[in-house]
This record gives sequence, structure tokens and C-alpha cells, in this order.
Amino acid sequence: MTTTKTIETAAGPAQPMVLNMGPQHPSTHGVLRVVLELDGEIVLSAKPDIGYLHTGIEKSCESKTYSQCITLTDRIDYLAPLSNNLGFCLAAEKLIGIEVPKRAQYIRVLLTELTRITSHLVWLGTHAIDLGAMTVFLYSFREREEIMKIYEYVSGQRMMTSYFRIGGLALEPPPDWLDRVRRVIDAMPGHIDEYETLLTQNRIWMARTKGVGMLSAKDAIALGVSGPLLRASGVPYDIRKVFPYSSYDEFDFKVQTQTAGDCYARYQVRVAEMRESLKIIRQAMEKIEPTGPFRAEAPGIIPPSREEMKTSIEGLIYHFKIFTEGFAPPPGEVYQSIESPRGELGVFMASDGSPKPYRVHFRTPSFVNLQSLAKLCTGRLIADVVACIGTTDIVLGEVDR
Amino acid sequence: MESQEIAKNIALQKLQDWDKQAVAEVIEFRGETTVVVPASQLVRTAEFLVSEPSLRFTFLSDLSAVDRFPLEPRFELNYQLLSIEKALKLRLRVKLPGADPVVPTVTNIWPTADWHERENFDLFGIRFQAHPDLRRILMPEEWEGHPLRKDYPVEGFR
Repeated sequence: MTTTKTIETAAGPAQPMVLNMGPQHPSTHGVLRVVLELDGEIVLSAKPDIGYLHTGIEKSCESKTYSQCITLTDRIDYLAPLSNNLGFCLAAEKLIGIEVPKRAQYIRVLLTELTRITSHLVWLGTHAIDLGAMTVFLYSFREREEIMKIYEYVSGQRMMTSYFRIGGLALEPPPDWLDRVRRVIDAMPGHIDEYETLLTQNRIWMARTKGVGMLSAKDAIALGVSGPLLRASGVPYDIRKVFPYSSYDEFDFKVQTQTAGDCYARYQVRVAEMRESLKIIRQAMEKIEPTGPFRAEAPGIIPPSREEMKTSIEGLIYHFKIFTEGFAPPPGEVYQSIESPRGELGVFMASDGSPKPYRVHFRTPSFVNLQSLAKLCTGRLIADVVACIGTTDIVLGEVDR
Repeated sequence: MESQEIAKNIALQKLQDWDKQAVAEVIEFRGETTVVVPASQLVRTAEFLVSEPSLRFTFLSDLSAVDRFPLEPRFELNYQLLSIEKALKLRLRVKLPGADPVVPTVTNIWPTADWHERENFDLFGIRFQAHPDLRRILMPEEWEGHPLRKDYPVEGFR
């Protein structure tokens, strides 16, 4: 990369220094390369260079049936797999035009909110470790592990859960799973207090984050930034409230906003969101009935129950057809967006009436939010670049897909 | 749901009242409205949708393409618009020929379109006129071909 800028130094005009940050750098959270132009320690420009993790997930989806694509969605944002499952399943359900039973919707809400907490915990731990506060990382991963155990208990997998399926859930959760959830979320408020004791009034933390990475509401909207970044700039936009999906309109929660628009405000928003998620989980636990359907009934589209498959001939035929050739939604296009932990996760899906999606596009929040990095770091010190990368909470798997 | 549908019709209504030429076709599917706009009218229409006080589509959520190979016009570009103020959604669609897919950039209207347009240039080979920095974004610089085109194989040799 060549630079055209000139800067004034004591020895006369000179060229700015070009520094490669990454792709192998611990604070870039994966394989992000940022090309920095520096005047001393001041960042003149920052250009993210992405694509190191591009695996062609959108292309792969075109050669798989709708149900098979779900396993790929886990791998887009590997810190919030259930949010991706949900986005994909909602888009497919919209395309087919089916409604999921209420019980399954509440279970989905509960698990995606747990996902939001785990995702924010990873963000909190890694962001803090980047800025020199190592203890928080150890604490937050301790709690994350407890939630991972719930995923494993419910779906059989810690990370790549693929638990949400088109029309409902993969399987009935174990009978005592809500007790385990209760145990974790009862302990959680105390743990969040613990993190806050370590950071909220910490002078080093405040010096490293306050006034760093400023983003005004106008810039945030222009750059298409969503999620906690947008809300920390004072825009109370949360898809769960504005365009509710999966029965979010039945839950009582507040959209957390701050007006400062700096790294500290984003920290405050995310911590407050974890507490709100706990509120939603409690409400969901009340709403989930111990028994009931966990899948919609749509012969030929949603697989029949195990029992039905083994006892009725129609059930067996449907089971065989769904798992060999899949189901064919009507031709058309839908765009479904959900509030993932990082922001607006949109799934654009086009069907041509065949059992495989004609085109799937994932509008991933990390990809769009990363565009704001140049805005956040220009004119700041090079040490602040680390804070800015951390605060955008990117997952490179999601950026590159 | 119902209030949303009425609201969507407001955006469409305003657009049709403003200029009938800008609306080539309207598609309603699953409660979503798609307005097909001629490529030459795209920038004008986008400017209107952003500045109209009752709409204010200031947020471009997404820009994605669909390859209809071997049909013509081959490419469809979908602009997912969002109005945070008015809680409205609208999809603009531009159809482009396979031989020379060129469309004017909208980065002046929505700066977020920068990377979206680069992505569609990279993976579909659609050129965005007057884009400030039209380079590949996900694939390596020296890559040949555009992987998301339908005539590009999923695996094996090209």
C-alpha cells in the first residue's frame, strides 16, 4: 500500500509510517488486518483488510437443502450460534408461511437471551484483557462455561448447537433443564456486580475508554451501525422492540441506551443488556409450559414425531421425503432481521420453488460495524486502536462468512 | 402486523405520488414490499426516500444481489431500506443485464453502502459507477471470476 499523504516533522516534510496491525495479532480477535497510517503515535487513517476467514458459506447454502443450511449458520458467528440459527429459521419459516408453537417460541427466546449473555461475556473478557485488566477475563469465562453446559444439556453441543430447526426445535429439552437455567441466572446478577466492581469505577478503565472511539448518532446511522454501538450513541433502536419476532412483544424489557457514544458508553450498554436479558429469561421461564408441542405441524415440511414416524405409513413417507429431498417453499424473497448480540442480523432468502435455497445472504452486524473502525480511530493514539477494535465486538467468522 | 402493512403502503403511496416513472413494478410477498426501480432512476429515488420528511429512510440495512442466470436481466440488486424514525421497511430492486452490469453508487447517500457495494463487486462482478474505492473485499486481489455467480461451480475445477 502506498501513501500519498505528507506530514510536517522537525526535519522537514516526510511520509507517514504505514503499520500493519494483524492479521496475526492477539487484540484483533481473529484474523483482522488493519493498515494504519501513523504520524508518530497519531493514527492518520485506518483501513481494515478482511477476507482471511472467507469460507463461502453463502455459496455452500445454495447446494444444500434448507434444513442442512442450519449447521452452516452456527459457524458464521461462533460466539452466538443460537442467534444465527434463529435468524435463519425465522427467514425460512416466513418463506414457507408457518407459525411456530408458542412454547417453542418462548424456548427460543430464552436460549437466544442466554446466547446474548455468553456473547457479551466473551466481549467483556477479551475487551478488558486487551486493555490490561486480566481478571475480568477469568471471571467472565467461568460464567460462560456454566451457560455452555446448559447448551450441552439441552442440545447435546456446547458451541455448534444447531438446536433451532425450521418449524421449531430439534428435540424436546430434558425435563429438569429449567432448574439448571434458574441456578445459573440466580447467580448471574451477583457476577455482573463483580465485573462492575472491577471496571465501572476503575480509573485505568475509565481513562482507556472514556472519550475514546467517539461515534455520533448521525454517523452511526450513516455507517449502518447497529446493536449496542448504535444504542450507545443515543439511538434507541432495538429490533426486538420495533419489529418484534418470536413473541418478543409479550416480554417486558427496556432498550438500554447511552448518549456519550464512546467506548465507556458501549460498555455500559452491554452490561445493562446482560441484566435485561436476565429479566427476559425469568419471564420466559414462567411462560414455558412443562409439556406441549415444540414443533409446528405441517405435513411434508416439518418432520413428524419419532412416534408417528414409526407407527403411521404417512409419517414414514414424510420423514423419508423431508430428509432425502427436503421441502420446496413457494418462489419469492424474504428478508428477516433479528437483534443478535452484535446488532442487526439479517437473512435474505430467495426461493425458486426448489428444495434448495436459490440464494441466501447474511447481513451480518460485524461486517457493517467494522466499517466504522476508521471513524473511531482516526486522530487517536495507536493504543486506542485496540480499544476501538474491542468495543466494536467483531467476530471475524461473521465478517468474512 | 396490520399496522405495519398500512405503514408500508404509505411508503409505496408516497413514491407513486412523487413520480410514477420511478416505480416499474411492485411485488408484495409475505408482507414485504419490493419496488422495482429502473437503474437510471435509482439515485433520484433513493434521495427522495431519504429526504421525504414522512419517510426518512436514512438507514440502509443491506444490499445483496441475486443471479438469475441464464435469464435476462440477469442480476437483481436488493436494497433493504429502514426508517428508524418511522419504523418502516422497504426493499428497492434494480435489475441489471448480464453483459455489462453497471449501476450508480449510493455511497453518497448511505456511506454504509461502501463495503456492501465492494462485496457485490467482488462476488458478483457488478460494477458501481463512481464508487470511491471499488476493490475486492473478501477474495484475494488476484482472484479470477466472481464466486457467487451461478455459472461458477461450487467445487472442482473452473
